[in-house]
This record gives sequence, C-alpha cells and structure tokens, in this order.
Amino acid sequence: MAVDLESKDRFAARHIGPDEADVAEMLAALGLPSLEALVAETVPADIRLRGALALPAAVTEAEVLAELRALAQKNQIWKSYLGLGYSDCVTPPVILRNILENPGWYTQYTPYQAEISQGRLEALLNYQTMVTELAGLPVANASLLDEGTAAAEAMHMLAGVAPAAQRQGDAETRDAVFVVSAGCHPQTIEVVRTRAKPLGIEVSVVADVGAFDFASRPDKPILGVLAQYPATDGALGTAAGWRALCDKAHAAGALVVMATDLLALTVLTPPGELGADVAVGSAQRFGVPLGYGGPHAAFFATKEEWVRKLPGRLIGVSQDAHGQMALRMALQTREQHIRREKATSNICTAQVLLAVVASMYAVWHGPRGLRAIAERVGGLGAVLARGLERLGVKLRHGQFFDTLRVEGSASDVEAWLAAAQERRINLRRLDAQSLTIALDEATTAEDVRALWEVFSGGKTIQFSTSELAAEARLPWSADLLRGSPYLEHPVFNSHHSETEMLRYMRRLEARDLSLTHAMIPLGSCTMKLNATAEMLPITWPEWNRLHPFAPTSQTAGYQALFKQLEAMLSEITGFAATSLQPNAGSQGEYAGLLVIRAFQESRGQGHRDVCLIPSSAHGTNPASAVMAGYRVVVVACDDGGNVDLADLEAKAREHHDRLAALMVTYPSTHGVFEPAIKRVTSIVHEHGGQVYMDGANMNAQVGLTRPADIGADVCHINLHKTFCIPHGGGGPGMGPISVAKHLAPFLPSHPLVPTGGGPTGIGAVSAAPWGSASILLISWTYIRMMGAAGLKRATEVAILSANYIASRLKEHYPVVYRGAGGRVAHECIVDTRHLKKLAGVEVDDIAKRLMDYGFHAPTMSFPIPGTLMIEPTESEPKAELDRFCEAMIAIRAEIADIERGAAPREGNVLKNAPHTAAALLAAEWPHPYAREKAAFPLPYVRASKFWPPVGRLNNVLGDRKLFCTCPPVSEYA
Amino acid sequence: MSATYPDDLLYTKDHEWARLESKGEQKLATIGISRFAVDQLGDVTQVELPKEGESLKQAEVFGSVESVKAVSDLFAPLSGKIVKVNSPLADSPEYVNEDPYDEGWMIQIALANPDELKQLMDAEAYQAFLREQAE
Repeated sequence: MAVDLESKDRFAARHIGPDEADVAEMLAALGLPSLEALVAETVPADIRLRGALALPAAVTEAEVLAELRALAQKNQIWKSYLGLGYSDCVTPPVILRNILENPGWYTQYTPYQAEISQGRLEALLNYQTMVTELAGLPVANASLLDEGTAAAEAMHMLAGVAPAAQRQGDAETRDAVFVVSAGCHPQTIEVVRTRAKPLGIEVSVVADVGAFDFASRPDKPILGVLAQYPATDGALGTAAGWRALCDKAHAAGALVVMATDLLALTVLTPPGELGADVAVGSAQRFGVPLGYGGPHAAFFATKEEWVRKLPGRLIGVSQDAHGQMALRMALQTREQHIRREKATSNICTAQVLLAVVASMYAVWHGPRGLRAIAERVGGLGAVLARGLERLGVKLRHGQFFDTLRVEGSASDVEAWLAAAQERRINLRRLDAQSLTIALDEATTAEDVRALWEVFSGGKTIQFSTSELAAEARLPWSADLLRGSPYLEHPVFNSHHSETEMLRYMRRLEARDLSLTHAMIPLGSCTMKLNATAEMLPITWPEWNRLHPFAPTSQTAGYQALFKQLEAMLSEITGFAATSLQPNAGSQGEYAGLLVIRAFQESRGQGHRDVCLIPSSAHGTNPASAVMAGYRVVVVACDDGGNVDLADLEAKAREHHDRLAALMVTYPSTHGVFEPAIKRVTSIVHEHGGQVYMDGANMNAQVGLTRPADIGADVCHINLHKTFCIPHGGGGPGMGPISVAKHLAPFLPSHPLVPTGGGPTGIGAVSAAPWGSASILLISWTYIRMMGAAGLKRATEVAILSANYIASRLKEHYPVVYRGAGGRVAHECIVDTRHLKKLAGVEVDDIAKRLMDYGFHAPTMSFPIPGTLMIEPTESEPKAELDRFCEAMIAIRAEIADIERGAAPREGNVLKNAPHTAAALLAAEWPHPYAREKAAFPLPYVRASKFWPPVGRLNNVLGDRKLFCTCPPVSEYA
Repeated sequence: MSATYPDDLLYTKDHEWARLESKGEQKLATIGISRFAVDQLGDVTQVELPKEGESLKQAEVFGSVESVKAVSDLFAPLSGKIVKVNSPLADSPEYVNEDPYDEGWMIQIALANPDELKQLMDAEAYQAFLREQAE
C-alpha cells in the first residue's frame, strides 16, 4: 500500500471550534441544509462575493513557522544607538514567559467586568502609581498608544483646560497656538501636527523654548508648550531654566507638557517638581521589546484638577459589596462611548499588556534596581564621553542622561557614519555636522569600545573602559539630581527573587477570567482564538529587537511581510491600498477620515465638513469625526435597527454642499446585514460624500462580501478582532486602513521613514511608521495558515454560532434584531429590559450572575441600554456554546422564581452575585437560597470552578471618592 | 423629606426646577434638578457647575451632572447672572440624590428677563408632562 506523505493537520480545523459533526447538528437545529443556505439567508445577494479570495494557499503551523524563520533571517540586528524614544532593554525572562508569552495575561479584554479582572487591574494600578511617582504628578492613566499620540492627547486636553483657552470664552479650540520645542522627537512633532490641523490649532516649533516670548503672539491664545526632557539630542537643560519656563508659561495662562523618559526620572528631578502640568512619554524601555515600533505603552500624568479631562482609561480603588478593597475602571463618563461627539479623545482602550510588562519590570527591579540600571547607563555614557574626548571628538553637551551629541565637520560625520556601518552599528544623524549616540540597558562595556573604534579614525585605542570608568563621574548636572523618593510601596520592594516574582504574577493571573478558562462572548469584540503558532514569532529577536528607525535595508524581512500583509488586507477588503500605520481601531477611524478630508481638499472640496453617523454607531465614530474636524449629524435608525433611508436621504440632501462622509458599521452594530446597504452608500455618493466603513464587524464579512462591494471608500480593520491579535487585557490592537484607489495618495506618511502617501499623505498618525509592527506577524500568520477557504469557513461558522445561540435563547430572551431573512449576523442582541419590571432584575445582575457560572458577560448595554450582545466567534466549540446557553437559560429560570414570588426581589441569588469563596464560607448565611445553588448552579461548574476574587463592585463609591494609586498595604486582602 | 414635586417650584421639560424669591428690586431663582431627573440618573458622582458672576441665557448649558454610567447637561431654565453656586456639591454630589430640592440645589441667578417665567410649568403641569412622556 502506498503511503501518503502530505500532512493532514490543517490549521483551520484547529482554529474553528465546531467540527463537521457539530456544524451539522447546529444547522439541523436551525432547520438548514448547509452553511451555504445559512449564508444565503443572511448576507444580501447583491453584495455577495462571487468566487474565492485570491490569497496564498493555506500552510500548516510547522510550515508557516519555517517560512517566518526564513523571513526573519532577512532582518539584521545591528547595534542601534538611534534613541528617539526607543531603547533596547532586557525583558526579564520571568516576565517574558509568564506575561508576554502567557495566554492567561494576553487573551482577556478590557476590564469592563471588574470582579473577574482584579489581577490586571492591580498591575495597572501599579503602573499608574509608578508613573505618578516617577513623573512627580499625582494622577496618571492606565497607558496610551505611543509617545506621539500621548503628546497629541496632551495638546487636546490643554485646549480644554488651559487658562488662556478658557479666557477666549469658549471651549472651542480654534485659533490657538501650541508651542513645540524643536528638541522633541521629530515623530512626536509630526503626530502633534497631524492632530492639530483639523482642530485649528497652530503648531509653532521653536528652536529655544526657554527663550520663547509668550507676548510674541497677541493674536491668539497660547495653550501651552511641549518640550522634551531630556531632549532628543540629549540636552538636559537646567533646573532653573525649566522652572523659569513653567513660570513664564503659567503667567501667560499657558500650560507645560514635558515629554520625558521614566528611566531618566529615577535619577533626575521629575517634571512635576520642575513645574510641568503634564508629563507624557513611553514606558517601552521598562522591559518591553522594541518590536520594530511596538506595541508599547505610553504614559500620561497630570495634576489632580484635570483628572476628569484625562484621556484614556483610569483605574481606581473602590470596595466590593462586602466592604473589601476592589479595583475598577473609574470615571468612565469621560470616555467616548458615553460622551460621543462631545468627547475630547476617541481613545477606546489602553496598551494593557505592555503597561503590565512595564509595571512588572518596576516590581521586579524595585527603586534601587531601577536606579542601578540608570546609573549603569549613565556610567557607560560617561566612559564613552571620556574616551571620545581622548580621541579628540567634540561633544555638544557636557551633561546628558544617556544620549551623547557628537559634533564635527560634515566630512567627519560622513566618515563616522561609514565606520559605524562597517561595524553594523546604527547612529542617528542629527544634521550635517552632528550625530547622536543613545545608550541603553542592553549596552555593554564591549559596545562602548566598539563605539570608540568608530571615532578613532583607524587608530588603536590606547585606553580601556575599566581604566576610564575609574576616573569617570556620572554625567548628570547636580542641580537636576533627583532628591525625592519613589516606589516606596511594598509592591515595588517585595518581589525581587524569582520565586516571589513568579508567584506574584501567578496570583494576579488567577484573579482574571481569560480565554484560557471560558469563552468571552463580548459582542463587537470578536474574542476568538489567539493561536500559539501566531504568537511564537513575536518574541523572536529577529522580529522584536529591531529599532523602528533602523534603515529599511536592515529590515527586509519586515518589509516583505508588510507588503504581503497589505496585499492580503487589500484583497480581503476589495480595496487598492492599505496602510499598516494606525495603532488602534480608533486611530484607523481618525486616519481614514483625514484621508477623506485630504482627498476632498485636493479637489477643492475642503469646505465639506459634515459627517453623517447613524444613531446606532459605536461612540468612537462621532468622537473620531470631531477629531478630524467634522460636524456630526446623526441619522436615525428604523424599528428594525437599520439606517432610516428616508432620514439619511433628507440629511444628505440638506447638507448636500457640506457632506464629507458617512461612517457606517457593517454588518451593523445591531448585528444584522442591512439589506439596503448599497442604497445607503450610493445616497452618500450622490451627494458628494465618501463612505467610511467601521470594520469592527469584519468577522462577519471575510470571504463572503467586502467593504468595497458594499460601496465603501475606506475602512479600518481591527486586527485584534478579526485577525487574531490578542486583546492583551485591554490593548494592544491594530487598526490598519484599506482604501479605494482614489484615496491611496493620501495614506499616512512618516517624517523619518518613507511610507504611505509620502508627500501627499496626511502625515503621521502614530509614532512608528508601521504602528505596532511586531504584532502584524500574528495577523499575517493567521491568514497564511487559514487560506481563502479557511477564512471563509471561519466567517460562516461565526455566523452559524451566533444564529445557533439566538435560536437556543429565543424562547428565554427576546432577540432584538434580525435581518431580512430572519437571521442575525455574527452576533445577536438579547433583551433583558422587560425583566426589570417583572422581577426587578437589571442587565448588570445577569452579567454578575454569569460569573458564578464561570462566564464573562456579553457586551452590556451596547448598542441598546439594558440588553446583552453576544458574539461567540468561530473558535468556540459547540460544547462551550451549549454551556453558555444553559447558563443563560438557568439564570432565566432564577429570574422566573422571582417573578413567581418564590424568591425575593432583593437579596436574591442574582442581586448577590458574584459569590466569592469567602462569602460562601462565612459562618452567617442569611440568604434565602442554598450556598450550593450560589456556587455550583449547574453540574459543569463543579468540574472547573472559576472563583470571582471579589464581590460586586461599588461603582458609586469609586467615582465619588476617587483614588488612583496603590493604597496602603493594610487595604489589601 | 420634601414632596416629590413641590408645589412652590416651577419646572422645565429638561427636568430642572426653579424656586423664586425677591431681594429688594431683584428677582432671584434657585435652580436644581427634579426628582424624576435624579431617579433617571441614579447615584450622582459629580456635579460640574459654572462660576459666580457668569451670565446665562435661557436654555443654555450651564453645567453637567454625572453618574457612574451617564452624563447629562444642565440647561438654564431662565436667563440671568449667577449670584451663588452650591459649592459643597463638589465634594458631596450625593446631596443631589438625597435632597434634590434643598441641599442639592445647584445655582442661584438674578433674573434678567422675568417674562421667561411664563414658559415654565407648575408642579401640576410638570407631572402631567411626565405622565405624557411615559406613554
């Protein structure tokens, strides 16, 4: 008998939960003969994709990893001393394996359900504490996307709070000036510029910010100043100089933002003590790999008085129902999902996974360890400087933290750069006559020697590092040395042995429900499998130790991968071009709208400024539209949850001359394929507008239809939803945009690396040219392993699973919306609003009770208050779907007990949920139901119980008595 | 404990109330939000109010009130200049829940245009309006 040498192991079958038999059973439950029949009832015929996507053939896990290894060989890891806010560092192995490479930490979503998110909430509270203490400012958020966007957010916040802006009488930001020091990193300046333009803020870049005359602009209010400390060329300035700048600014009603470096702040006076109002920067060098640009966590700290204007997530301390300390996201009313077009930021999420890594780096090293790292980096810099002086090389700044600015003639600089190149060393050319060398935690004495050789002109070096170390002094000006203590909290002083550290991280991990425990059926979030094969390459050094501004000739592997991924995403969306720069879905929206704006300007239509948004839209849409300089006009939805065509037509006509764009989610946020979508998009086109498609629900489209086929001009793709980048507990994500041909010339560009639309592009929206480059590998790997057929099957099964759930639950909870064929798309909304009247039960009670059953609640109260939106994804096996449905049905029976009077309306098993082990074991048990029923309501729960670590959160207390840093140890349980 | 909708107040469709008094020549109105608004919001966590001395036009937004899940604008029921602000609400927003008509008052204004009073509803008309809305 002949043997078959072909591998039978297909990744698609591993990724998709239900197997052939399950699919057959689920179809039977729906009374359907085939997946094709389901799709025919679900997706409107006029937008169906005929034929298969043109994608490379599927490969196995082993094959894709071999391919990635080969591609990785094309990336060259040179020693990079480029600085610019990115530093090589050492990720402590215990953190690398147990957090960065651990699905228990990377598969959760944003901690909306605080009771089962206490682990990462504690890590984030540590992060906030670390940032506030190092920056010397009392409040900090739970991280932002990157340093550039953090600086842009600071500018936007100032527009709302700066006294000079307030004096204008109107909170409007038009016609104000934001002064930016030329000492800032160039990509930061560019991201700020991109953001300022549509807001009408003038960015004035000045060479010497200390000498800036605030009286020089009587024409416009000056919001504030952005300065880099230490500066991009290494300059430190003086304490007196910084204080004078802050005083001058404050006297003029302006505020001061300092972009800074956490490691430097372990030894230098923090911005808060110098008088700054806001500190921003990147926490990357605290153990987060370079990743050719990301993902990293940025930070944002400010004064207490502006805490309600702070962008991004904020973690706060509160109590649970038993009076125990418990953590939660505080002040959510600041955010876009509540404020919509009134929001001052469109930020949805944080960079939780990376903020957790950075905070754990501080926990691991503690204040003394961090200072020792800073002193070593400074010491290497001092030794390098001394050697360079001996070689007759001139340094611009006698005092610096880690970055030396070397000066010479143009031909010297050329020669040094050539010598560096020969030794596979990247230096940053600042201008014709200077370059910089930025040292970091990974620099060694050997490296310093190699650097001397670059500058020795071929002569033998006559001195050694140890010899110079003996005579060198730390290169920090005495007036700037930090006197104040930091990180004195026990959490930063107790986990310095690996045993302690490992257990601390495991203890926190055990408090979070992740995909390693159960499905997380969050509607609109697509919590699908993040396969291990997709995750492996991101921590290979050839992918994650590259500096984002290393010459592209050293990153050929990445360049090839970007090209392929762009082509794949363009094919999947039906568009002509793709930009991988936007770092999050919200940033994709903002970038896409700016692209539309630039296109219209190029055709003399720059006055178009009305953005139509259906009332059902995610709150980010209106917030992004406002950031792009648009006026939001809301379009009504009809009773079926679809865009009201008559209202759309009326509003498009009314704003005919000003119509810029429509933002539409497809399938809709109501979880249905709107049959009239082509009519919707053509109405907008008839009135001169462009169509922006929000790609949040792309998981229902891949292989069945395409954004281009519904008539969109641009869309973003949440790679962290449809294309398997894990949610990281609340970030990172990636939101590339794909555009039709006429929009391609306007795609985001970058000041340091040619990309996107280049000179006609909208500028940079994120600090790195390809956003969080290293996690693009995940999506590429997924697409390579699935192939066109696998992707299509995934979409079909995602739709099947949602319809299966809708069908199982419909007798217990009404399904709010269905499409024309009676089917939902990849998610369904079930109604719980009537239960309040019937039994006093609210949607929160059901969400909390689900925790007792071992499940994370579906999306609560979006898009309709008082409902649950369930998205199972294709990855959940039928058995898990059944368990979830059984839990929902059992909860409905518990509610029925209340309706019948068999259980009280208060103090029942729902109102007291979730039940902690401590509450169940208390001597007193005053409740009218058995402990057994509380803890083990169904047989499967007994087999693997997830214990909620705290009881129901007291949200009101947390927002009334805001506390956002580590509380005293006595508070910890 | 005051009545759900006290008879001595005037109300707006945005659920603000106004209590009138005269101080010499000046007509003053104290302003807050109704029990209905408070019940809709749930536990109030933050009240943002303007400064004394600012002038308001009728129907203009003068501040906001927040609960854990929602934020609502406050609309001036009448035009006038703000003479007093209930600053303790900054630290004790719960007063709005506990006592919306007394300790939970928000601002007091000196009326600029007493004619506007005609546009407000008395307690009976306001309750009729609420019933109509509920249908």
